[in-house]
Amino acid sequence: MTWALPLPVVLPLLAAAVATAGDHVLPRRAADAIAVVGAASSFAFALVVMLESERHVQLHWFGGWKPHGDAAIGIAFAADPLGAGMAALATGLVLASVLYSWSFTREGARPYDVLLLCFGGAMAGFSLTGDVFNMFVWFELMGVSAYALAGFQIKELGPLQGAVNFAVTNTVGAYMILMGIALLYARTGALNLAQIGHGLAGHRPDGLVVLALTLLVCGFLVKAAIVPFHLWLADAHAVAPAPVCLLFSGAMVALGLLGVTRCYWTVFEGAFGAEHAHDVRAVLLALGVVTALVGAAMAFLQRHLKRLLAYSTISHMGIVLVGIALLDQKSLGGAADMVLSHGLLKGALFLCSGIVLLRFQDVDELRLHGRGRELPVVGVMYGLGAVALTGLPYVGTYLGHAQIDEGATLDHIEWVQPLLMLAAGISGGAILRSGARVFLGWGPKQDPLLSPEPAESSPEHDASYPALLAVTAVVLALGLVASVVPGLGQRVEHAAGVARDRTAYVDLVLHGIQRPAPARLPFVVEPTATESLLYGTGGLLIAVTLALVGLYRRRLPDAVRAPVGAVLGPPARVAKLVHSGVIGDYVMWITVGTAVVGGVWAILLH
Amino acid sequence: MSFLPYAVAAWVCVVGLYGIVTSRNLIHLALCLTITQSSTYLLLLAIGYVKGGGPPIFKGVKLGTTTVDPVVQALTLTDIVVSVTVIALILALALDVHKQAGTIDPDEIREMSG
Repeated sequence: MTWALPLPVVLPLLAAAVATAGDHVLPRRAADAIAVVGAASSFAFALVVMLESERHVQLHWFGGWKPHGDAAIGIAFAADPLGAGMAALATGLVLASVLYSWSFTREGARPYDVLLLCFGGAMAGFSLTGDVFNMFVWFELMGVSAYALAGFQIKELGPLQGAVNFAVTNTVGAYMILMGIALLYARTGALNLAQIGHGLAGHRPDGLVVLALTLLVCGFLVKAAIVPFHLWLADAHAVAPAPVCLLFSGAMVALGLLGVTRCYWTVFEGAFGAEHAHDVRAVLLALGVVTALVGAAMAFLQRHLKRLLAYSTISHMGIVLVGIALLDQKSLGGAADMVLSHGLLKGALFLCSGIVLLRFQDVDELRLHGRGRELPVVGVMYGLGAVALTGLPYVGTYLGHAQIDEGATLDHIEWVQPLLMLAAGISGGAILRSGARVFLGWGPKQDPLLSPEPAESSPEHDASYPALLAVTAVVLALGLVASVVPGLGQRVEHAAGVARDRTAYVDLVLHGIQRPAPARLPFVVEPTATESLLYGTGGLLIAVTLALVGLYRRRLPDAVRAPVGAVLGPPARVAKLVHSGVIGDYVMWITVGTAVVGGVWAILLH
Repeated sequence: MSFLPYAVAAWVCVVGLYGIVTSRNLIHLALCLTITQSSTYLLLLAIGYVKGGGPPIFKGVKLGTTTVDPVVQALTLTDIVVSVTVIALILALALDVHKQAGTIDPDEIREMSG
């Protein structure tokens, strides 16, 4: 079935080309149909590739240029279940986005659909490729489509500012990746991931390898919106149309973390794995925990619904990075499960915010106070999504949380679990608070704590609400049940195991030796540890408590309010100042962050 | 192999980043981004350089003639093509920013912060 491997990438790009070529010839409905067919067929083949890759890692050499000796001459797609799963998630979300946009974006739809298709093809290509320079090319194609989509409403200043910030920061990230690739090529003479990993394995890492690791990891972390590389994300999400936010939050940022995973396990693990794994882990773990907490706290300070959801995405990406940083199979599986369930749930929440924007021409929590009662179904979906993101047992993101918790216990890093519970609780509380205020009219209409936001308008006025609700409901339902799909946990752990197995990957790509297929994977929902149940329930309790405190904190006695305000007020003001919206500051933080990460690794890894 | 091209690449990269960080004009900022980008060309070409090597054109050349590494040159070309798109997009956005706000100073366009 290796002929199917390039299709998730080729089909949407082909559909984009046909739609562009026929722009002035085709009737409107035909162009729409081409977009839907392109997205749907891409998703279907991504699913086929994913199911096949669970038995054997899929390999396709373009033009039949197979490796000669230990040297890869051509470019390969190599789909392991983790990458193929990511491609399936990304293309599936593109399909949801195209269907949602069908009834949402009325004017100028053609370039919009074409951009969505290019974006989808690039994300699938990034997930499936086995060549590091090819990764860079997909990364840039993904970037260019995404910048254009973020700034799609060029009649307003906000989208323009968001798109410029997004484009410049991510391009700087891309150049860091390219420099890292150049250094790896200088050392190994290879661009194929397997060949680079094979070349570096067993040699003592020196300055060049550490620098290449830093540049590649930090470049991918810009895309993944990890603190301090995260500043662009809230600007880009706040201004992009809701179905585009679905793709940004659900798939694009997670691809940055897939890049980190590939980089470490396929390329650098052979050089650092033996004695330095805990140093790599320490830095990534610190970045992940800080991101989870900072993102959650910033989410709590927002009143613009999409901006609030964007900061909660940053927090969840921190949690995913923790799962990757623990460097064990169970946690990596947990990270992948988290990406899946978070992508669907957060996507559904963004789609809800899109319906709110369409109805009220506004997504400001305070100005919308109580007006959401007109949209009870959207309110229910918004609430369910918020609850499912807290890690409540057997709902939504729980499976990912439980696997990361168990991995942390196995690694004897127990301090990380309560912090992750806290982060999920705070960001869940922020979403619940905004939902309660908008859809139930709870709490006061004024809150000086929350950042003021300019009004936003949606250029579209008429849309088919049942269609929007149906797409949102399907995405939400898939996210809600992600933790109780029989066998999903074990299959994802198997995928994580394959992604970590560098020698098997090298054997397959360079020498064509296929490992035997695994025995049938179990088809049950495994019980989780008691402490995971407690952490999950705790996350929901924190979320509900914080949501109520956020709404009704004036009713608290002064003796409690004054000291808490004195302690938390100054850091909150500093955090708001840092998120300045000025592009120069953002690039400064990226530069400083890279220098610090590189410096720490230079000291630790020598 | 000389150390100099690598030092120049690092220097050009830092100069470009400094320009982006301090920029008060979006067009200037886009140009600084291309300067940062040129450091990647320098780095790639320096890596592929072979002492005494000719251009990697193999038509009508005797077998065994030393040439520089053609792979990095291909990478550089791809890099140029990909990045031109990004720069074009940023310049187009700058144009629209000027239409909407009457300024292209990134410090003055603060629709969003916090």
